[in-house]
Amino acid sequence: MMGAPVHEERRNTATLRSEDVLAALGAGVAAICLTVLIFHWIAPFSGLLGFIVVAFGMFLALYAALLWLDGNGPAVRDRLMSAVVHGLAALLLIALIFVVTFTVGSGLKALVHLNFFTQDLTHAGPLAPLTEGGALHAVVGTLEQIGMALAVTVPLGLLCALFLSETRGGFTRFVRTIVEAMTALPSIVAGLFIYATVVLLLHAPKSGFAASLAIGVMMLPIMVRAADVVLRLVPGPLKEASLALGASRWQTVRHVVLPTARPGLATAIILATARGIGETSPVLLTAGYATALNADPFHDPQASLPLATFTLIKSPQDGDVARGYGTAAVLLALVLLLFIIARLIGGRGPLDLSARQRRARDRASARDVARFAQRRPAAYPSAPLSSAVQPGAPVREEEQ
Amino acid sequence: MTSTLLDAASVRERRRRPAPSGGPDRVFRIVLRLAGVAVLVLMSLVGAFLLNKAISALQVAGWSFLTTEKWEPDAGEFGIAAVLTGTLLIAGVAITIAVPLATGMALYVSEYAPRRIRRFLVGLIDLMAAVPSVVYGLWGFKFLQGHVIGLARWISTYFGWIPIFKVDGSDPRDPLATETVYTSSTFIAGMVVALMVAPVICSIMRESFSQAPIGEREGAYALGATRWGMVRSVILPFGRGGMIGGTMLGLGRALGETIAVYLIISPVFVIQPHVLQNGANSVSALIALRYGESTAMALSALMAAGVALFVLTLIVNFAAGSIVARSRSGAESDS
Repeated sequence: MMGAPVHEERRNTATLRSEDVLAALGAGVAAICLTVLIFHWIAPFSGLLGFIVVAFGMFLALYAALLWLDGNGPAVRDRLMSAVVHGLAALLLIALIFVVTFTVGSGLKALVHLNFFTQDLTHAGPLAPLTEGGALHAVVGTLEQIGMALAVTVPLGLLCALFLSETRGGFTRFVRTIVEAMTALPSIVAGLFIYATVVLLLHAPKSGFAASLAIGVMMLPIMVRAADVVLRLVPGPLKEASLALGASRWQTVRHVVLPTARPGLATAIILATARGIGETSPVLLTAGYATALNADPFHDPQASLPLATFTLIKSPQDGDVARGYGTAAVLLALVLLLFIIARLIGGRGPLDLSARQRRARDRASARDVARFAQRRPAAYPSAPLSSAVQPGAPVREEEQ
Repeated sequence: MTSTLLDAASVRERRRRPAPSGGPDRVFRIVLRLAGVAVLVLMSLVGAFLLNKAISALQVAGWSFLTTEKWEPDAGEFGIAAVLTGTLLIAGVAITIAVPLATGMALYVSEYAPRRIRRFLVGLIDLMAAVPSVVYGLWGFKFLQGHVIGLARWISTYFGWIPIFKVDGSDPRDPLATETVYTSSTFIAGMVVALMVAPVICSIMRESFSQAPIGEREGAYALGATRWGMVRSVILPFGRGGMIGGTMLGLGRALGETIAVYLIISPVFVIQPHVLQNGANSVSALIALRYGESTAMALSALMAAGVALFVLTLIVNFAAGSIVARSRSGAESDS
């Protein structure tokens, strides 16, 4: 072993070798051919999904066999698992994107007619062409219902999240446990609760208001929990510094905790809204369904986007099915919009201010400096005036 | 400093509890507490009301509530044996399909994907988790229903000897045999729910995979591990808590799913263990189907079914929460 020096060949350290590409290509072609053979002669079969699954399985087996010819155990396993991971990821991604594009693509038939956004379905029956009737009633219903649900859940949810994050003790822990338990409440059970209490016990009719109550009951624990998580991420030293400077709890929350957590809170609210906007089951039980535009949420049934989708899609008529796809596409667009807004707000860190926010902060601190300068001589007669003004001087110059 | 240390006794005397500041701060604390109490009361009200109604139904049905398959509340004969089994089967199919897909996707995003597209993929997965369930249901109802028959027939033809894949009334040798025995099945509902919960599971798994410590990763590579070797010896053990927790959270979502299931299945009130065969049921679909029945007894019975489902999802969610929390606190990383 220790004999003459061996001329060492430089090792190829590239992660992608031509043999691997060829092996993968060969295994792929062979797998497709074999699967065609199996499907047509050996075990007759139809359907694209099964073809893909069987072909992928074949590919893995053939690829493993090919790699085994020139590799050792760990290398073969590594390449094989890499193929498995890529395959699974591609399968899931394609399936998910297909679900969305299928809906939007089928909805385009209805969406291209502008009347889809300006009319309701009062005069357009199932047999009416797509140039008549639209989903205005559902859009209005969804916006009103989610708006009313948010009007209650946002203040209540944020205050409760503040309560959970700002206080300690047995009662706080108890409330947190209950809220966490209620996030597991299936949305249909929330709908059933509102149906049994508001509609049956109080004899209120099925209406947009009842639907917004059901959405609110479902959304409140989700929002409290998400906001609580965000608020607890506010660094403790920041709060302690504020308290140590003599600020009260309220001032600390108002000027330190909330501004720091604002992007996260906005994201929590928007994602809970996206969840609430798309839930069909509570609305199904409580809103009723109307084909006419009903802007009054307190009387008479009111449609909403998910409910309209659900109702229209079950219709045997092609026109209504196309409208159902259209409402689903509008719903998707709404969720996408909310999601993008959440990303834009949440993408910015708590101390990463925009130019406008920075100017506002500078103005505020300049005001503070002016206020200090005014008050200090009276409160602390012995303090030299110059040192009080000094820190703010640069800010003042910026202002002018 | 030294003087204060010396006369500690006098310090102790002078030390006083800071009095709670009055004025706006007091109002603030009261408002916070009120909000907490309000949410607590609201949530307890929901729970208490459901439980109260459910108990009145349970008193009629007794223990047979758990063993009866029929659902005839007005005749006093109702139970969740069929619907609860159906729920569990649908969720089981969904998890069986979703977990491998979600694991593959999470591993791809955190380990294999090029850095440039990683952020985009993370955003896309989160967006998919927010897609309303009615959209998935729509796709399953209108598209998958028609296209999965071939796969279902193939599985039942060649794997029908496994009891769960058996389909009664199918004859693979008869080319003119009706295909309706394969529609509206647990399998199709499970596939749709799988696609729905996969992004949820995936985003939790990805988060826990990306928290695997960099030192151990590089250590594995330095010892000559391949990428898969590193994944198997570092990423998967560190992410185990996230994998289990994410799976259980997905299971919780799958158990409570209504609309997608309701659109696809054709409800039956017998225990239907053959997942490929027409006819399935779930608790939430039962509620959506029967809530319009006007008698008080029927409604109480539905509440009882709803409470049973709630208890199930509650157990699953709490278990998931504690597992995820334990994996995040670093309890597994100090071994």
